[in-house]
Amino acid sequence: MKATERFFARVAAPLDGSLLSIVGGLILLGMLTLYSAASGNPARVSSQLFNLGIAFVLMCVAAQLPPQTLMRFAVPAYLVGLLLLLAVALFGDVRNGARRWLSVGAASVQPSEIMKIAMPLMLAWYFHKNEAALRLRDYIVAAVLLALPTLMIARQPDLGTAVLVASAGFYVIFLAGLSWKILVGVIAAGCAGMPFLWSLMHDYQRRRILTLLDPSEDPLGAGYHIIQSTIAVGSGGITGKGWLKGTQAHLEFIPERTTDFIFAVYSEEFGLLGNSLLLVLYLALIARGLMIASNAPTFFSRLLAGAVTLTFFTYAFVNMGMVSGIIPVVGVPLPLVSYGGTALVTLFLGIGILMSINKHRKLVQT
Amino acid sequence: MKLGEFKNTQLELYYFQLRLGVAGMVVLAAFTLLLARFFYLQVVQHDYYQTKAEDNRISIVPIAPNRGNIFDRSGIVLARSFSAYTLEISPRLVPDIDATIKEMESVVEVRASDRSRFRRMLVEAKGANSLPIKTRLSDEEVARFAANRYRFPGVEINARLFRQYPHGVLASHVLGYVGRINDRDIERIEAEGVEANYKGSDQIGKTGLELSYERQLHGATGYAQVEVDAGGRGVRTLSRTAPIAGNNLVLTLDLRLQEVAADAFEGRRGALVAIEPDTGGVLAFVSQPGFDPNLFVDGIDPVSWELLNNSPDKPLNNRALTGIYPPGSTFKPYMALAALELGKRSPTQAIADPGYFIFGGHRFRDDKVGGHGTVDMYKSIVESCDTYYYVLANDMGIDAISRFMRHFGFGARTGIDLAGEATGVLPSQDWKKRRFRRPEQQKWYAGETISVGIGQGYNAYTPLQLAHAVSIIANGGVVYRPHIVNYIDNNRTGERTYIEREPLRTLPLKPQNLEFIRKAMVGVNIDGTGARAFAGAGYTSAGKTGTAQVIALKDNEKYVESRVQERHRDHALFIAFAPVESPKIALAVLVENAGYGARAAAPIARKVLDYYLLGKRAPKPADPATNATKDRKRESN
Repeated sequence: MKATERFFARVAAPLDGSLLSIVGGLILLGMLTLYSAASGNPARVSSQLFNLGIAFVLMCVAAQLPPQTLMRFAVPAYLVGLLLLLAVALFGDVRNGARRWLSVGAASVQPSEIMKIAMPLMLAWYFHKNEAALRLRDYIVAAVLLALPTLMIARQPDLGTAVLVASAGFYVIFLAGLSWKILVGVIAAGCAGMPFLWSLMHDYQRRRILTLLDPSEDPLGAGYHIIQSTIAVGSGGITGKGWLKGTQAHLEFIPERTTDFIFAVYSEEFGLLGNSLLLVLYLALIARGLMIASNAPTFFSRLLAGAVTLTFFTYAFVNMGMVSGIIPVVGVPLPLVSYGGTALVTLFLGIGILMSINKHRKLVQT
Repeated sequence: MKLGEFKNTQLELYYFQLRLGVAGMVVLAAFTLLLARFFYLQVVQHDYYQTKAEDNRISIVPIAPNRGNIFDRSGIVLARSFSAYTLEISPRLVPDIDATIKEMESVVEVRASDRSRFRRMLVEAKGANSLPIKTRLSDEEVARFAANRYRFPGVEINARLFRQYPHGVLASHVLGYVGRINDRDIERIEAEGVEANYKGSDQIGKTGLELSYERQLHGATGYAQVEVDAGGRGVRTLSRTAPIAGNNLVLTLDLRLQEVAADAFEGRRGALVAIEPDTGGVLAFVSQPGFDPNLFVDGIDPVSWELLNNSPDKPLNNRALTGIYPPGSTFKPYMALAALELGKRSPTQAIADPGYFIFGGHRFRDDKVGGHGTVDMYKSIVESCDTYYYVLANDMGIDAISRFMRHFGFGARTGIDLAGEATGVLPSQDWKKRRFRRPEQQKWYAGETISVGIGQGYNAYTPLQLAHAVSIIANGGVVYRPHIVNYIDNNRTGERTYIEREPLRTLPLKPQNLEFIRKAMVGVNIDGTGARAFAGAGYTSAGKTGTAQVIALKDNEKYVESRVQERHRDHALFIAFAPVESPKIALAVLVENAGYGARAAAPIARKVLDYYLLGKRAPKPADPATNATKDRKRESN
């Protein structure tokens, strides 16, 4: 009896109340929207609940691990991730024209997903190790560590994940103190290198960018997603059409409405007010994360917490931006709302890491 | 040292927090951007997107109205609409049409004719939503396809309205037919500004009454507002405006009489128009041979089309309406009437007929060698004396003839309710001037007037015009616009709209003159050229035979039927009305290349009058073989 109580006390100890309630709010909105979006398919809701259970358990486990332990995972996780990406490139399954999946027995995994955690972990570890005297060389090494898996993922092609992995790594480098001059220089060089980047892109990626500039050019093809999701958002108005009453969603005009485009469904049914609520919740999540980062005791935990938190921002901004038509269509889900087990697990692991860092801030200081 | 390290850590933390602050600002800025975008879409542009969403959601589906039916005067259905299942392919949704059709054959039979028709439609109706690959599916075929439907995306079973003509070839030229709307029809519809009313329709009247009464028959298209999903499938109906069925047509035509008349031709080519003199209503309107209008309804197959279009008998031609023929001697009663009315002749004035009339060195011959002896007006009609009319025409001059004949509708459209009526030619000096280019051709020669007197020369009229004219003699000079439709029956309100019951005008003819002509025409059927055909008729009838030359004969050549190629033989004509006391029917018969009117055309008129007035019906010829025997017998007689 006492043992169980102690076990629960131990599990509950690192769970941060404010993070939990914010995440709970987002999950609630997500479930409501998923129920509406998947009107023809209630199995999606129960399956998402199952995913949620697994993700929650993994979050609790991650929250238990002290940052020092997490630090020990950094290099192996990164190397395993890199190897798996290599394996995908060599033996991966092709689905929908992209080689992203690796079959392991009956199950299949998407190794690029591992990199979303492994990348900030690795870079945070690297900077932490060289904390005493950070030189330009370290930033270059970090940039290479960042570029390698990012390019491999982008080649699959999976632009959405590449963006998330790259941004997570970039946040670490930025927070580690990359000089402003270099930052500005890199951004300027990036802009100058656009045409080169363009030449590297796949046809479908170029089309997405062109489509963003003028969706009406190809209303039934590449522009269809943006046109229909923009109509859904715009027709939602201030108060929305009401839960389960979105016509764009229920008459199946919105493609991928349970996954990447679920925000269109949400926005159509809950309107500008709903959108504002969602923005507030994400903002609260990010604010809480940045607070944890700011209070973290070690360079490693600071960088990790900051990068994980800002990755949530990348998810949210890219997804909502793409659905409302200001960013090209890339496969980034709406965090904690979109259907999909893998993304949910990754996000909850991130939350778990934040909780762990939050809990262990005093222990390490002594 | 310790202090310095502490300071260093503090400074590091400060820099880190500064960076976090910058990141936080970026986050805030980005979210503000999103919020601005949401505001723009959901508040500023809300109405625009709201409309877009509604346009997505609501589809206006036209509902085709039932086409009106057509009935004969006694209520027999001549054309009706019925609904049947059609297997249709949406070309835009089917990438490989050939493969789909091939696979379809394992489920339902697709004939070669179905396939070729589909091909043709695919070319003709570019951009059509769906085209029929097979029409009029049986219940079993519908069930079989429905079970296999999942295998054929882009292929659907639809209920469509079809047109059926239960009596097939009978009255085909009157009814015409409907066919699939093609590019030319679309142009016509758009020119009339009624394209909205054809949104749900597949078919439109192409010829005959189906064409000329298209507006009445078509009805008004209804509309349903349907909520559709992204795939275009209807989810539910939001509102519905019912279509209004087209009006029915009730004809003056008597189908049984039509049948008797058509049978009477016994397979020969020709035309017959019978008119009710007191109303102008058309009782029978025959053009032989006919065609089966049902062939055209869902697109005629190429084999049948070739057969119909290339047949030397030209079954698609409406001879009664568009064929123009010299009236031959059937023109003589009108010439005689003109002479009386214009005071050029008195009934008793007679000529001595030597059997020819010489004018300008040219010998105009009479049919009868040696002539008819002393000929007065009565005899000239009863015996059909040519010389009498050569002289008369010469005395009257072409313009006087032309002016008079115009009153009887010669050379002018009668205005019948069928499209495409031919005008014919009523020659005059003026007409010749307009008709020809070169000055020497434009001049009218007096000799040309002489042929006109016996209904030859430039004279050319439609059988309809001949029937129209004789009905004016029959009814005492009243001109009606001939019409086939008696009334339009609005089947919702029961309201009937009659077509032309009032006469157009009454000709100011002297009754005694008209009476005289009628008496002479009675004489034709009692002891003249029509006597043989009308021997023993149980009613009084008036008639006039006619034989129209197809080729001109040389001066001294005599026409011998057996020596002339069939296509160059004379046309046989007959005009008649009966009973004489109060005429109920007036008609004109034309039999192409059949020789003498008395022998070939008059018996047909007899059969028609017998049936119409006495209800007597000649035994129907059983099959072509017996027909042939009969013909042979006649030849040997």
